[in-house]
Formats: sequence, C-alpha cells, structure tokens
Amino acid sequence: MSILSGKKVVIIGDRDGVPGDAIAACAKSAGGEVVFSSTECFV
Amino acid sequence: MDLENQKRVKEFAEKYGPENVVVLLGASEGEASGLAAETVTNGDPTYAGPLTGVQLGLKVYHVCEPEIKKEFDPEVYDKNVGMMEMVLDVDDISNEMKPIRDQYCKF
Amino acid sequence: MKSVIKGTGYILVHTPDMVLHNGTTQTTERIVNPDGEYLKELPKHIRTYEEALSYWPNQVYIGNKTPQELAAVEQPWYDKTCDMNDRFGRFGQIMPQEEFILLMQACDVFELIYLDKDFVAAHKGELAANPLIDETIMARINEGVDKAEVERLVKEEHSEGLYNKGVLVGAVNRAHDIDTNLSAHVMLENIVSKASSVLSLLAAVHNAGIAKSEVEYVVDCCEEACGDMNQRGGGNFAKAAAEIAGLTGATGSDCRGFCAGPSHAIVEAAALVAAGAYKTVVVTAGGCTAKLGMNGKDHVKKGMPILEDCLGGFAVVITQNDGVNPEINLDILGRHTVGTGSAPQAVISSLVTDPLDRAGLKVTDVDKFSPEMQNPDITKPAGAGDVPLANYKMIAALSVKRGDIQRADMMKFIAEHGMTGWAPTQGHIPSGVPCLGFVRDNMLKGNIHRVMVIGKGSLFLGRMTNLFDGVSFMVEANDGKKEEAGVSEDAVKSLIAKAMKDFANTLLAQEEKK
Repeated sequence: MSILSGKKVVIIGDRDGVPGDAIAACAKSAGGEVVFSSTECFV
Repeated sequence: MDLENQKRVKEFAEKYGPENVVVLLGASEGEASGLAAETVTNGDPTYAGPLTGVQLGLKVYHVCEPEIKKEFDPEVYDKNVGMMEMVLDVDDISNEMKPIRDQYCKF
Repeated sequence: MKSVIKGTGYILVHTPDMVLHNGTTQTTERIVNPDGEYLKELPKHIRTYEEALSYWPNQVYIGNKTPQELAAVEQPWYDKTCDMNDRFGRFGQIMPQEEFILLMQACDVFELIYLDKDFVAAHKGELAANPLIDETIMARINEGVDKAEVERLVKEEHSEGLYNKGVLVGAVNRAHDIDTNLSAHVMLENIVSKASSVLSLLAAVHNAGIAKSEVEYVVDCCEEACGDMNQRGGGNFAKAAAEIAGLTGATGSDCRGFCAGPSHAIVEAAALVAAGAYKTVVVTAGGCTAKLGMNGKDHVKKGMPILEDCLGGFAVVITQNDGVNPEINLDILGRHTVGTGSAPQAVISSLVTDPLDRAGLKVTDVDKFSPEMQNPDITKPAGAGDVPLANYKMIAALSVKRGDIQRADMMKFIAEHGMTGWAPTQGHIPSGVPCLGFVRDNMLKGNIHRVMVIGKGSLFLGRMTNLFDGVSFMVEANDGKKEEAGVSEDAVKSLIAKAMKDFANTLLAQEEKK
C-alpha cells in the first residue's frame, strides 16, 4: 500500500542534508499533498 | 527540531488527523534523523518544544530510505536527491529511523 | 585592472559569559525550560581562556597552525591539547573577554555601555598592551561607574548585563524606550559585531602592511542589522567600524546574504577595485553572540565542552594588481540564480562546475576548493555532519558524473583538493573565506595556483523567500604582470590602428572569398 498517495506531507529538510524544496518535489511525484516544507540550519 | 517546526507539525496533526499526515526528513546524518523522528512520534526528547510529552505517533521517513524512495518518480528523485544520496550514510540513517518507527509509530 | 588579495586578518574572541547570557539556544531554554537539566549542567562545560587557546581549530583560525597540520590530528579535537597556545597568530589573535568588553565600550559612541569602574581599572592596561590597539582607541575608554549603578541599570532600566567570570561588570542600555530595534538586546548584538569587526579590520590592515589612510572603501558582510524602527536594516556597520579603526579616508556600505555574504562582498570589492572605483577595499565582518553555544545541548549531552564559545571575525584587504599577490579572477564566477532551484546537485553545479565549464577548466585544474569550512568537531556531535566533507563529496560526485575523475578516485580527490574544516559556527564566518590567509601564503610560495572559494546562504531563514543562495569566485596566483593604472594615449592610438587594420583585413578576406 502506498505511504504517500493522498496523504498530507510535512517536510523538515536540512540545509546540509536534503533541503525542503527538493523533498517536496519527490513527495509530489508520489501523489502526496505537501502542506508544509521547511529547511533547518544548524550552522 | 526547531520549536516553530514542532508547533506546525502539531497543528497539522490536529487539523488533518495524525493518521493522514506523513513527515519526511532530510537530515544530514543518522542521529539527527532519529531525534527528529522521535520528536514527531514519541515527543521532543530535548524537552524544549511544543511536542514535549506529545505522542503523535506520525508516520515518518527520511527521504533517502528505500521504503519511501520506491514511491517517488525515479527521475524526480535522481534530479533532486540523487547526489545527496551518494553523500549521506543512508544505512546509518535507516538504522536510526526504523527502530523509532517500529516502536512509536501508531499508523 | 585585476584586483589582488594584499592581506587578511582573522580574529577570535573568547566570550564564555556571553555563551550563557546571549546565545539564543540558552536564552530560549531560559524561557521554555528554565529549571531544566541543560541550564544546570551548562556552566560545568564552559572552557577557560587557556583551554580555548590550546584548541587546535582556534590555532588554525589565527594562522599558527595550518589546515594540513589539523587534518593530521585524529578527531575529535576537543580532548586534545594543541602544542601551540599563543594568543597571537600570523593572521590575528584570540582576544580574552575582559579586553573585548573594554573594546565594546570604546566602540560605543552613544553612551550606551556602562562598565564597573573596578573592572575598567583592573583590565585597561591589558587592552592598552594589545599591539593592535592604539591610543585613539584607548582614549575612548571611560573610567566607568560604581557597581551599584550597573546593577540598577540591569534591574530597573531593561539594560543587558555584561558578565565576566559570572560577575556583572557592565550594562548595555537600550537606545530608545519604545523602539525594539534599538533595544538593549539589539544594541548589545550590534556593538559586539562592530567591535569584533574593528579588531578584524585592524588585524588585516596591519598584516597587509598598508597605511590606514590607503583604505578607500569598507564592505561589512556580517549577519546583523542596524537601524531604528523606521529603517530596521539601515546600516552602515562598515563605516561605523571604519571610524573606530581609524580608517578616516574610507567610506563604505553593508552587504548581506546570510552565510553567502562574505563571498558576495569579496566579489563586489574585487569588482570595485577592478573597475577603478576605489584602489583599496577591505571586506570585513564581526561575530555573532546569538550563535554562541548554538549546538550546546548536544555538546553537553555528550559530555563535551561548549565549543561554540568564541566570536569570529575576519577582514580581507583587496587592492589593485601589484604583480605579486594572488588575483581574484572575476571571469570565473559561480552563481546560484533564482532559477537554479534548491536541489543539492543543482546548487553545487551552479557554483562549481558551471563556472569551470565557462572557463574551459576541469575540476582537477583547481588545486583547492574552499566551501564552508565549519569545524566538524562542533557540527558532527550536533547531527549536522562534517559540512566541508559533505561539500567535497558533492564536488567529487559531480566530477565523476562529468568524467573529470574516476569513481574509485573520489576519496583521493577529496584528500588532494579538499581541506578539513576549522572555523567556528558563526554563520558567515566559516563560509569560504577562512582559507584566504593560507591561500595567499601558499600562492606566494608557489605551492598552489588556483583556488575556488564557495559561499552558500540559507535565505529561507529570513522568511522572505524559499530560495537558497550561493556564489563562488576563483583566486589565482599572480602571473607577475603589473598593470598600468590607465591606458596611455599612445596605447589607445595603437589599439585603434590595430582594430582598423584587422577590419581592413577582414574586408579583404571577404572580397577574396567572393
């Protein structure tokens, strides 16, 4: 069963890992609805 | 996890129902991924944010984990994450994420 | 006319009490979790000045040790004592908190800082003995006020306390009763930034061996904003710091771009010099109290000392081509544009491989890459990984994709073309520029010829755009050709004659084809 299809997706990206926008593109491609996308910064 | 982000996660879980929300992470290594996953499932382990003591039990994955990667359009994934997957220690990340999901995820 | 790097200055300020009182991780914790374990444990993890001096990455930052020497030391570094513990280095110095509090007061031109007179008397001689501090700065130090007055200001006037070894020794007043942009908190942050920028400017001008009067323009690229309620980021830190540093012939302005600020500022400074607008431009930035102890929770949890206990500062002197110093090549600029996106491979392509493609160079033609040089001793235990290493892995991965190197040679490429990070996590401070002192040294010695400096910035933190940012530039060894400041009349005549001759030849050639 699909994990993302039709779900509300909340994204916590990382500036030095994978940023929010890049994850959002993937989530949308899997049929998820991105309701929030942010990118954290530890440096 | 950033306190403002914790607040937003909590709001979305309340608004849409926790069973309908999936959290995707992009942290740069295993331990940080695990802590973020714990925050949205069992509550903020640092006792600082709005999710302290709040057990949302949300579904949570790191974007590079194989379970979730297989759902993405491979071309989109390759373009956006492909190179970071080569840079990150995906095994370490998976090893931190899975036990937390198994233990605390309610959905 | 090309522009060259004439000298650099790198300074640290050990500010253990500011970690406790001004770092946002701590001030936030005091609000949300005042009785928590972290605040109780934290004081036990604060390093002494001597411990900060003998910390390997700090000795690299001020130029007493090299990045190569640091790379040979097994990580972690916090539990090792560097065999060098001098407070003064080739590029600058590590200033103790006592001297810095006095320097802050010297940098205050609005009577906002009041110091305990006993503290002033006890430490004034120490600041006066600092070789970079001259009598014009010392003349700005007041004798101070009674301790009771300092206590009253903090208790009754919303002033921010200045502490030394846990004791209240001064107060920073608010500059306005209502305007939050002039609150005591903001004034403290801004005066700290200004004072550490002043010290950086003094170090760089001294190291470049130029007269203060030669500096014509200063660009400040820190991450603070100064202004009042009607112009919150009005500026101008650059000119404010230049005034105290005695650069009377300089004007200046501020350039902002989060952590990418320094790289933007250096490109702008190099362009100003190359265009002939100013002959000598200094790029400068002071440090940031907010980021002190930023990852402290992780450090304390792991039984480590608080490693983010120093403010950072740097300045780079950029002058007209002297035929000797390393050049900033403005023909090879990397730019993250609005359309680039935030996918890591798109970001790194725009900053690294796109400019190389335009210049017809391979990745291996660049001797060293200097992305964000954060000290991994700080970031790894905090879950942010080894930031420089991650950047090098990305560059290596792209190089494999382009066929510049073989996949099996990735780690070899990283060892040869990379460096181990040593800079404190002060946002803009580690971003590309910490290498410039070593780059200049090694280019003058002929050891390296081409270095790419890469700055990246998290614009989304300001909530104005979701965009990422970045800019890169190339530093190259000087080819030794000293350029004339202008073009002579004879040269213009000969250029015109040559152009006309070429044109005539082209016409003739076209005629012949027909």
